[in-house]
Amino acid sequence: MNTTGATMGILRSIAAGVVGLVLTAACGAGILSVLGASPLEAYRWIAAGAFGTPEQVSYVLTAWTPLLLCAAGLLLTFAAGVWNIGIEGQVIFGAVFATGLLRAMEPGAPAWAGVILAGLAAILGGGMWGGVAGALRAYGNVNEIFGGLGLNFIAGSLTVYLVLGPWARPGIASTSGTLPFPDRLWLPTFAVPPLVIPGETLLGLAAIGLVAGALRGTQFGLRLKAIGKSSRAAYIRGVPVTRGLLWAFAGCGGLAGLAGFVLVIGAYSRHQLFPLISGGYGFLAILVVLLAGSNALAGILISAFFAAVSTGSLQLPLQMHLDSAVSGILEGTLVLLALLMRGVQARLVPGGR
Amino acid sequence: MRVELRDIHKSFGPVHANDGISLTAEAGSIHGLLGENGAGKSTLMKILSGFTAPDRGQILLDGAPVRIASPAEALRHGIGMLHQDPLDFPTLSLLDNFLMGRPGARRGHGLAGLLPDRRGAREALRALAAQFAFSLDPDAPCAGLSVGERQQLEILRLLWLGVRVLILDEPTTAISEPQRVKLFAALRTMAGQGKVVFFVSHKLQEVLALCDAVTVLRAGRVAGDVAAPCDPGRLVALMFGRDLPHPPRTGITLGPPVLELAALSVDDARSPIANVSLRVRAGEAVGLAGLEGSGQRLFLQMCAGLIPPAGGRVSIAGRDLTGRPYREFLASGVAYVPAGRLGEALIPGLTVAEHLALAERPGVFVDWHAASRAAAQRIRAFDVRGTARTPVQELSGGNQQRVLLALLPRQIAVLLMEHPTRGLDVESAQSIWSHVLERRRRGTAVVFSSADLDELLERSDRILVFFNGRVSAPLDARRATVEQLGRLMAGDAPVGRERRP
Amino acid sequence: MGAAPPVLFAVLGETIAEKAGVINLSLDGLILLTAMAGFAAARATNSLLAGFAAAMAVGAACGLVVAAGSLTLRQNQVAVGFVLMIVCQNLAYVLGNPIAHVPGPQVPYTPIPLLRHWPIVGPLLFNQDPLVYAGVLATAGVWWYMFRTQPGLTLRGLGERPAAAFARGVDVIRMRYIYTLVGGALVGLGGASFSLAVKPGWSRPYGIEGTGWIVLALVVFGNWDPLRAAAGAYLFVLLQTLATVLQSLIPSAPTQVFPTLPFPLMILALLLVTLGNSEPVRRLLKPLPVGVQRRVSRALRALQASPPASLGIPFEPE
Repeated sequence: MNTTGATMGILRSIAAGVVGLVLTAACGAGILSVLGASPLEAYRWIAAGAFGTPEQVSYVLTAWTPLLLCAAGLLLTFAAGVWNIGIEGQVIFGAVFATGLLRAMEPGAPAWAGVILAGLAAILGGGMWGGVAGALRAYGNVNEIFGGLGLNFIAGSLTVYLVLGPWARPGIASTSGTLPFPDRLWLPTFAVPPLVIPGETLLGLAAIGLVAGALRGTQFGLRLKAIGKSSRAAYIRGVPVTRGLLWAFAGCGGLAGLAGFVLVIGAYSRHQLFPLISGGYGFLAILVVLLAGSNALAGILISAFFAAVSTGSLQLPLQMHLDSAVSGILEGTLVLLALLMRGVQARLVPGGR
Repeated sequence: MRVELRDIHKSFGPVHANDGISLTAEAGSIHGLLGENGAGKSTLMKILSGFTAPDRGQILLDGAPVRIASPAEALRHGIGMLHQDPLDFPTLSLLDNFLMGRPGARRGHGLAGLLPDRRGAREALRALAAQFAFSLDPDAPCAGLSVGERQQLEILRLLWLGVRVLILDEPTTAISEPQRVKLFAALRTMAGQGKVVFFVSHKLQEVLALCDAVTVLRAGRVAGDVAAPCDPGRLVALMFGRDLPHPPRTGITLGPPVLELAALSVDDARSPIANVSLRVRAGEAVGLAGLEGSGQRLFLQMCAGLIPPAGGRVSIAGRDLTGRPYREFLASGVAYVPAGRLGEALIPGLTVAEHLALAERPGVFVDWHAASRAAAQRIRAFDVRGTARTPVQELSGGNQQRVLLALLPRQIAVLLMEHPTRGLDVESAQSIWSHVLERRRRGTAVVFSSADLDELLERSDRILVFFNGRVSAPLDARRATVEQLGRLMAGDAPVGRERRP
Repeated sequence: MGAAPPVLFAVLGETIAEKAGVINLSLDGLILLTAMAGFAAARATNSLLAGFAAAMAVGAACGLVVAAGSLTLRQNQVAVGFVLMIVCQNLAYVLGNPIAHVPGPQVPYTPIPLLRHWPIVGPLLFNQDPLVYAGVLATAGVWWYMFRTQPGLTLRGLGERPAAAFARGVDVIRMRYIYTLVGGALVGLGGASFSLAVKPGWSRPYGIEGTGWIVLALVVFGNWDPLRAAAGAYLFVLLQTLATVLQSLIPSAPTQVFPTLPFPLMILALLLVTLGNSEPVRRLLKPLPVGVQRRVSRALRALQASPPASLGIPFEPE
């Protein structure tokens, strides 16, 4: 493909993106007007909520990280052509394992050791849970959607049990979570005035960069790509398909687990395990990857956009008596419109790709 | 009703499936349609039954031109088709299958046709079945029936709908002998009632026994029209063309046996293979002849280790690998090149370099530089029109086939190919074979299936003919003729039990 | 008994759509949206009927999106459904914000006179609100339609083998559209049944989050048969009731764990039904004595769920 062709392709994608954003903003505006709210005001509050103050930006970065990590993991499973709906459960298991390890840690042990071990534990927990989902599909012939869902539910129940039972706060067992961790166990931040960057953001960026690199530069990544395009042909060419799928699930689970870890002891997190800790990040990451395809850079940008919108929307309940779920509407509509537009394009332009 | 097809043309891309076909079938006759795979029979019948529309040409019923744009319209004109694998609903009962899709239901029973007339249908089913001596239980689930019985049901259903033209597409492929006898009797009865029956087949004997007139198709055109009774040799000649002189053969010294099959058999409803034994030596080429679905694919896949045989043994280079996983076959030097280029042999969406990298010894990182270089080198060596970075689905068929060969490991013991030159022009085919020859010189044993008899005769040392799952004794390619092969493939001469070669 | 209708309607609706071959993954969000819409409409017009109608319209509209996205625009059904789920869920929260924790009309319970005085059975079966009766009628109706009428027969064939249906003159795409819309409308009915009867009102979170996923699982569990699916729905509601009962009986156990349990339990039940099919299970059964093996495999096969063969697979007429 010549460079002009490539440039045209990029320009076309950008154009499509702009159209999508405009349409989404229009849809959002329509919905907001139904409620009698001014769309412009709402959008302004969202922008302010995301970028208004350096502190807000830090919050956006905090929200960005679990998205990055989950998206990184999903890049693996989507490359292999499978749907990992169980990602929410994998995030939860990562959080649970991290919390468990930190609780088990001796009070005198060095903080950095605890943090690193907790991270590893999270990867192990999430990876294991992902492996279960993969095994159900590979060996149990279970549809990956229901397998993933079931595992999500189990993880959810487990969390509630732990938070209200063995790991309950002494005295007041409540669903608000376990005893928060002391601040020496929080992840560090980096000050780049005027911003304060949470340490985990770097982790997220590193993860997605690593996965993108792995997909392009390692045998494993190439095999996943082959399996995703045609598992039959891959098998005939000698690619170990079952093993590849299992590792894709486990890898995604591990990264999701890391997201759970970040949600528990990140710089700006609540520093505790609580029910619904996965916060829908996993599903939102699925949206990111649906939109970005296999393009890691697009994934980074889109998840940044989503993180900004989600964080910004938190202003809405206070300022305009609107539910912050407006962010979800905008994000979902964008991806939905993108899917539908792709379909329209494919139907109206026969042979053109 | 008299059926006439006039100058039917249909192309799928560059392939001219039907190239100006005209034929006439009289009312009350059984009209046979003979031809090899790819001759255009299925396409023609799909056009007649409304599944496809012709690019050009007319269909006339009783002299009046009609337009048939969908199967529903065809049914309204009284044309119905019985597919090789009957299009029925396995999970529903026979009666439900019988009832389904009946358009006239609106005129039927209570609640303005909402309720199916179960009793009436049951009666009709019983009466029709009796007429043809079929025994079908209306309440049995369709899934438990044999193919022959499902065919019978489908025929009865079409008759109930009032078809006057019945098209049967290779109906005897998967039915038992007694069922076949019943089917033929039923067809004769129908013809006696004034209906037109189109009998599409590749089986000479059956066509000779059953049909009043035969049209032979070859390469999308009518090769000839023959009325019964006729000479089978004439039909074979029309189907396959004349004998061509054999080109000079290159001598290759054969080495020790690398592929040994002992009493190999597989359990398959369509083409059960029983008790095949074969010993292929290094450098030898064995061709598999036979029409599609006769068992060659299963045979090749068993040799490749993709399917475990139901009985018998497979040995590669002296090691018994029966039942071992596929990767052990690959490790022992077996290479399988399936017919489906994209989606089976090649991974669509991946480039040539990526395919090469995939096959490399597993390390952690992919050396793209080396892979691209190697890919470019092989592309040059095999004269592929494309680059290392071209995704394989963008290559032409001929180039895809070259890439397939280019991707093979340096040294292989057994090369198994399905239809290696299907859809290729002469030049590409020639280059493919010269590469294969080079491999044979280096000691590779080659087993390949092909639909082109000339190719089989020219390129193999020995030929096995498959018919209905039975495999002939290996024929010496130097002495076999097209006519001989044609007869065996069409089932004209009995395919005997094989002895140890 | 009274809590069952919402789940029941939703299960019936999705069974119909999936029987035709279209899977609507947006259920979890759709139920929320239709519940909110039903309540909002009923409150605004002070008419229960308007509420139900609005909910059904919303349900059908979402069905339309799924159908258009997958049948006409040929996008992956799972992808379209999943994204729609997120959109519907968030729409429900945002648009429902003004009416959260606000009282509104409710379906009164209408006992059937005379019959309700039957001993034991009476109060149980005939002392309920009209939705329960409607649910039973709907189940019977759907079953009757599917198995006793001509168009129902076509529906069964549609999802099973669209190519064969096409050969018999059925307009596959049009039928799939229609059934997806009908299914969506029924799901809407279920959603409204939540907000106008079982769990009146609206709030965020509403409390039925996750039910939509269960409905999808119940359709599989029910083997795409309305009667079995209805049984599954009742089973799930039973589990939920048991959970609340157990919670009060065992005060020492952490509260609020129990309400979450029915969800994984249902999924486990589902796994039981699908697992029986697979290779490793068959291998596991081999060492057992032959009599036991045969009985177990027969039981597994009876339980087994086999989807309409073309579920989720696009149909392209030649």
